Amino acid sequence: MSTTASDNATDVLRVEHLSKSYGAVTALTDINLRLGKGEVLGLIGDNGAGKSTLLKILCGFQPPTSGSIFLEGREVQLKSVNHARSLGIDAVYQDLAMVNQLTVCENMFLNREKIRWPLLSTRTMRREAQKRLDEMGVRVPDVNARVAKLSGGQRQAVAVARSVFSDPKILLLDEPLAAMGVKEGTIILDLVQKLKQRGDVSIIIIAHNYGQVLDVCDRVNMIQGGQITLDKRADETSAQELTDLVVAEYRRAMEERQQQSA
Amino acid sequence: MSETTQQSTGELGTSPGGGPGGTGGATASLWRGASMLLRQRELTVFVVAVALFLYFLFSSGQVNTAFIGQTNLINLLSTIAAPIIIIALGEVMLLISGEIDLSVGFIYTLAPYIMYFTVQYYHVPPLLGIILGLVMGIVVGWLNAFLTVTLGLPSFITTLGTGFILWGIVDTTSHAEPVPIPPSTMGVGKIFSTEQLVSSTNWNSIIWAVALTVIMHLVLTRTRWGLHTVAVGGNLLAAREAGIHVNRIKYGNFMLTGLFGALVGIQVAFANNSIDPTAGQYTPMFYSVAAAVIGGTAMLGGVGTIIGAFFGSFVIALVEDGFNILGFSANPLPIIYGTAILVAMIANVQLTRLRERGSR
Repeated sequence: MSTTASDNATDVLRVEHLSKSYGAVTALTDINLRLGKGEVLGLIGDNGAGKSTLLKILCGFQPPTSGSIFLEGREVQLKSVNHARSLGIDAVYQDLAMVNQLTVCENMFLNREKIRWPLLSTRTMRREAQKRLDEMGVRVPDVNARVAKLSGGQRQAVAVARSVFSDPKILLLDEPLAAMGVKEGTIILDLVQKLKQRGDVSIIIIAHNYGQVLDVCDRVNMIQGGQITLDKRADETSAQELTDLVVAEYRRAMEERQQQSA
Repeated sequence: MSETTQQSTGELGTSPGGGPGGTGGATASLWRGASMLLRQRELTVFVVAVALFLYFLFSSGQVNTAFIGQTNLINLLSTIAAPIIIIALGEVMLLISGEIDLSVGFIYTLAPYIMYFTVQYYHVPPLLGIILGLVMGIVVGWLNAFLTVTLGLPSFITTLGTGFILWGIVDTTSHAEPVPIPPSTMGVGKIFSTEQLVSSTNWNSIIWAVALTVIMHLVLTRTRWGLHTVAVGGNLLAAREAGIHVNRIKYGNFMLTGLFGALVGIQVAFANNSIDPTAGQYTPMFYSVAAAVIGGTAMLGGVGTIIGAFFGSFVIALVEDGFNILGFSANPLPIIYGTAILVAMIANVQLTRLRERGSR
């Protein structure tokens, strides 16, 4: 973990000595993490490694037990999801963020509706939703289609497209490829690629399926047992190396258990 | 779908002159209605309502003048349908946001008593007495929301409890005796409803019902409030995630339902020229929830339409009134209501299943 002084200046987000415990259970220990401007960081780890806990802290859902978070060099205390959002941190969750009964357009504008008092200006919203989706190359059958009718990939793509609405500085994507096939997954990876080209948003992708994610990431952090165990440029590591790390950890855990039972 | 709308309205226009063919046409449109359950639920209920209307109009083999006469139309629209419609408007909003109000019928019972007590005993001006009755509805709605949203009780239990309490309050304060409308309120009361025995032109209640239906339809489909109501009932987490004040939405819909319940209670009191401790109670609430369900509102939240509930109310009102006009016994009516609820719900559930299957 070599964070040089010159790097610090360009970091959008920096996390220092962050820990989180729930009572006696320690979920995160001394996490140090940084995210450069326009960078795509892959945060990789097994289920239960602490990815979700870190995500919840970074999006303001819960506070850390100790440690500091710096946003563009300034220390911040994230008080709530809305507070984090107002500071430019937005998160896209797996499947939670969409209302099936509403249309693509209504979901995209949920709680940021365009109003011509007292009615919604539906036409303006439709036009703008279509424009936004086109810009990002997200294809849906119809912006007036109910979200329930979309495929998993389309839903996720709409969710990501929606989060970019508020022009966030930092976008946290929680398992964006979970529960979808390879072909579906490429929709999201293309979208991340597009956002990267625009360069005004920094992205953290949280995943436990690293093979695909590696392609779009600039850098990869591996999180194991609540600690960051690897920080490398994506082109300096490989899916193989990451797999080996996980396998090694798995073996250690097995041995420990055998020793305990012996 | 526009095609079918034209067909059914076409029937409405041509059939009154059609005479003997009416029964066959009605049966045919019933069948067509059944097949359309798979497409547009509001339209289905509309077709069923039209079919029932035509059936009762022509079932004797010729135009039933008693059914189409002004006295019966007022009875059908203002006396039977309007209260169900107005209460259903509130229930639909609540059901969509994932809640229910079982107490609204007792708000209906209490509201005119509040007017009576304040005007007779405390000598408040008549309009203020009416307003206080309406405010009571809003306050009970707030209480229902407080217990449900803030204290976390299921609304079914909350409103079961508050309903009983209101029932007891009515019977205690009124000694379970009916009272006449305070004479001083008669003038203002005409806005709500005119006494049917005196005036055979009491269209007021149905005008209120239609106007409120139009407003609530716009609220549900064209405003932020409506959109957020669907979002809250459809996916509470997502709604909260988007920053919607989900509690505010539920409080609002409970209070709205309370207000509508009180409004109906006051209307009915003026229509009957008397305030009755046995008016309201569970029946209008059950009819309204039935109307909402027949109109395609799901009990799980996120799904429902105002227009569907409007026609659902008509279906119930038509059956009740039509049986009466034809001289049938009213005893089997609940069987029909029960069947209609179940058929509508089966269609609802199966439709959702079909859709889900279709999308995979």
